[in-house]
This record gives sequence, C-alpha cells and structure tokens, in this order.
Amino acid sequence: MNNLLGFTADETGEVTVEISVTVNGETRTGDVEPRTLLVYWLRDDLRLTGTNVGCDTSSCGACTVHVNGESVKSCTMLAVQADGEDILTIEGLAPSDDELHPMQEAFRQNHGLQCGYCTPGMVMAAVSLLEENPSPTEREVRLGLEGNLCRCTGYHNIVKSVLACAAGETAA
Amino acid sequence: MIPAAFDYVRAGSASEAIALLGEHGDEAKLLAGGHSLLPMMKLRLAVPSVVVDIGRVTDLSYINDGGDHIAIGALTRHRALETSDLLAAECPLLGHVAGEVGDPQVRHRGTIGGSLAHSDPASDLPAAVLALGGTLVAQGPGGSREIAAGDFFTGYFESALADDEMLTEIRVPKAPGDGWNYQKFNRRAQDWAIVGAAAVTVNGGTNVALVNMGSVPLRASATEAALAGGASAAEAAEQAAEGTDAPTDLNATPDYRNHLARVLTRRALEAAGVS
Ligand SMILES: Cc1cc2nc3c(=O)[nH]c(=O)nc-3n(C[C@H](O)[C@H](O)[C@H](O)COP(=O)(O)OP(=O)(O)OC[C@H]3O[C@@H](n4cnc5c(N)ncnc54)[C@H](O)[C@@H]3O)c2cc1C
Ligand code: FES
Ligand code: FES
Repeated sequence: MNNLLGFTADETGEVTVEISVTVNGETRTGDVEPRTLLVYWLRDDLRLTGTNVGCDTSSCGACTVHVNGESVKSCTMLAVQADGEDILTIEGLAPSDDELHPMQEAFRQNHGLQCGYCTPGMVMAAVSLLEENPSPTEREVRLGLEGNLCRCTGYHNIVKSVLACAAGETAA
Repeated sequence: MIPAAFDYVRAGSASEAIALLGEHGDEAKLLAGGHSLLPMMKLRLAVPSVVVDIGRVTDLSYINDGGDHIAIGALTRHRALETSDLLAAECPLLGHVAGEVGDPQVRHRGTIGGSLAHSDPASDLPAAVLALGGTLVAQGPGGSREIAAGDFFTGYFESALADDEMLTEIRVPKAPGDGWNYQKFNRRAQDWAIVGAAAVTVNGGTNVALVNMGSVPLRASATEAALAGGASAAEAAEQAAEGTDAPTDLNATPDYRNHLARVLTRRALEAAGVS
C-alpha cells in the first residue's frame, strides 16, 4: 500500500504528520497531530488570526476559508485533509497591502459590519457565493450566506454589501 | 473542541480502504467529507482510534448515466449533485434535495456516501434515495453487493454495512419531469428537518418518504397504498403518520410531528402534481 502517510513521533511522543499546503499562494509546511483542526493550524501555527473561531461546532461560519476556491468551515476540516490543497484566508484576499478586495470594499462602504467578528468568514463566504452565482437575487444572497451567523448587524447591510459588490458598485 | 487523538491513514482506493478497515476492525472509521464524523468526534460521540481518510478516492466522485438509472459515486459531494445537469434532467428530486442540505460550506465538503452511511433519520438525502427506491453498492473484502435502499437503514445511525464494507456507488432510477417535490420543515437556517417529506412519481407509481419520523427514514406506506387504491392526495396524506414512530426533542412532540407529516405529505403530493 503505497498511498499511506508515514508517521513520525516528535520528542513528546506525539505522532505527527507532515503536511504541505498552499496558503494564500505560498507553500507552507508543518508537522501536525492528525486531530489538529485546519483553523487551529492556520491561527496557532501560521499565526493567520484573521480567521476566527465563533462556535467551534460547524454552525457559525466565522472560520470560513476557501479550499480550492470553495467556502469551507475550517473548524470542520482536519489540517491533514488540507495537505496538498490550495487554501485562501482573509489575509490573502486583498490584491495588495493598500488595496481592498472589492467585497471588502463593499462591506466598508455599506456598513456591512459592526463588531467585525463574523466579517472575515462572511466575506470569504460571500466571495465564494459570487464565484458560483455572479448575479444573485437578494433571496439568493440570504440563502447563500445561510452558513454564517452575525450577532450584530441583522444581516441587512451584509446582504446590501454583497449585492453592491455583485453589481460592480465597488471599484477594486 | 479538539477530537481525541487517533492514527490517521489515507487510502488511495476503495480496496485499500477496505483492507485498512479489515486490519483495524471497529476501531477504525472512514472519513469522507467529515461533516458528520468530525462534529461527532469533537463531542466524543465518536472516538475512533484509526481514521481512514477516503477523501482522495476521487475516482468515486462521479454522476453517470447508467441507462435506466443514474449511478453516483459515494464520494460525490452535495454541491456536485446540486449543480448536476444530468440529475436536473433525469432525477431532479435528488439534485434539489442535495441543495437543501445544511449550507453552502457543508455542501462543498459533505458526500452522498457519507450522508447515507451515517444513517441519520433527520438527514435529507437518505429519504430522497429511499423515496426513489434506489440501490446502494457496498464493497467488502469479498467483492461488491447491492443493497436496496429499503433494507439499508437498519436503526438509529445504523446501516446494513458491515465493519469492513464501504459504500462505493448509489443508483437511483431515472425520474424525469415535474412529478416530484421535497418539503423540508425547519425553524432555523442551515438546520436539519424537524420533519421532511419527499414525493416522487417513479416507474408509474407514487412514492413518499419521511424525514425524522422514526429511528430510520421511512416510506409513508399507508399513504402510498391509499394512492395506489385511487385515493386523492389530500385523503392519502391523512395517513402519512401511520406506522411511524416520531421522536420527541426540543423542537417537537410526536403529535406535532405526526401533524407535520400529514401536512407536508399533502403539500409534497400536490406540488408533485398528484391530485
Ligand atoms: C452545520 C451542518 C449542517 C448540516 N445540515 C444538514 C442538513 O440540513 N441535512 C442533512 O441531511 N445533513 C446535514 N448535515 C450533515 C452533512 O450532510 C454531512 O456532510 C453528511 O451527513 C455526511 O457526509 P460526509 O461525507 O461529511 O461524511 P463523514 O462525516 O466523513 O462520515 C459520516 C459517517 O459515514 C461513514 N462513511 C463516510 N463515507 C462512507 C462510505 N463511502 N462508506 C461507508 N461509510 C462511510 C463515516 O465513517 C462516518 O461514520 C449538516 C452538517 C453540518 C456540519
Ligand atoms: S467556528 Fe467554525 S463554524 Fe463556527
Ligand atoms: S458584525 Fe458582529 S457578529 Fe457580525
């Protein structure tokens, strides 16, 4: 059986697995315990703390990242499952340090956030949504963001932001 | 929440996965999309000591025309079912129901094989495959066998699969046209159905399956018999809760679920064009 991963034990005796993942365009490697969730590898090992943990129970979507271009809750995926895959987090979305992604700009212009806790996940989910459905109706936006909870805004301005972005009302 | 520690092995093919299951027995669990297994492992409701990752057995991700049926690889994700032109044309019920599962993030990861093998009576796809009278293909060390959907769900979160068997394919008969509907009743976005009803006309008869009306997904057999005997949709739907055993939880009492089953069955039948 040649497709099995090799195990290595570190000094503490923990069995770890070596992974190599493209994160925001760069190859990142690490030794992870198999039970390490992707979100904790991103936050604790790579220090990409833009991806939040809201519920830890697959419900809130605060931890949403893209895996091969599609939105995924990174608290419900093992880091080992991401081995060899292409991950995009909120840190990798903007084209440069002084330019926002059109979706981020849309959230800014339309007051699509209050405390901001849900925002990274909301933006990642919204970008994935528009990739699948570039001109959604308001109802499609609401359904498309069904996996993301916001405790502040009442969603109205979030939906407005996504519709504005889809309509090209925010320059990149 | 972090799952308890486990050993991780990745299978490159179904036969490799089955060999690993044989080696590790009931200590091992297959990991497909992980959207049922990982939440359960976080809560320690599942504590496998070996996790066999079948997520990369990509040759089991397909939706093919099999002549009189559609053949779907067990590793096909909900999103692929939801967006399949072949399903939209030949078995629209199944594609639609896949689009009702959870939320987009869940549908990007969850697989039809995982959903069926998990055998949660509150899940959507098991009831859809049951309503269609589908067939499940299980592969074990001695080869493959076919299991009728009606024989597959054996108990609460239990299926007819042996410890060393893996689901490889799901076959559903072609059921094109408008003679289908799925009613999913819930109170919160992205949630499981409090009760669901799937109705579909297939091979000349009308089938109805119910979600969350017992320890397994159930066919509304009294309703089906009444329809076959010439009853109207409204009359037949009155019998939807017969022979079911609705659970109690914080969402609903059995009485309320029985009521929902009757109402949702009537709506599903009427929307499917059964009058
Ligand atoms: C937030 C959230 C909301 C959800 N909402 C819904 C909903 O509304 N409706 C609904 O129906 N579901 C819902 N689900 C469940 C979701 O559909 C799961 O994806 C699905 O039930 C399991 O598929 P999976 O590929 O993720 O399986 P996994 O979690 O990987 O596996 C589930 C079980 O099946 C076994 N298994 C997996 N593949 C196979 C195989 N090929 N052969 C044999 N055994 C196998 C595993 O060992 C495990 O025991 C939700 C999940 C989440 C996290
Ligand atoms: S932290 Fe992942 S869904 Fe809430
Ligand atoms: S802005 Fe506070 S949770 Fe959404």
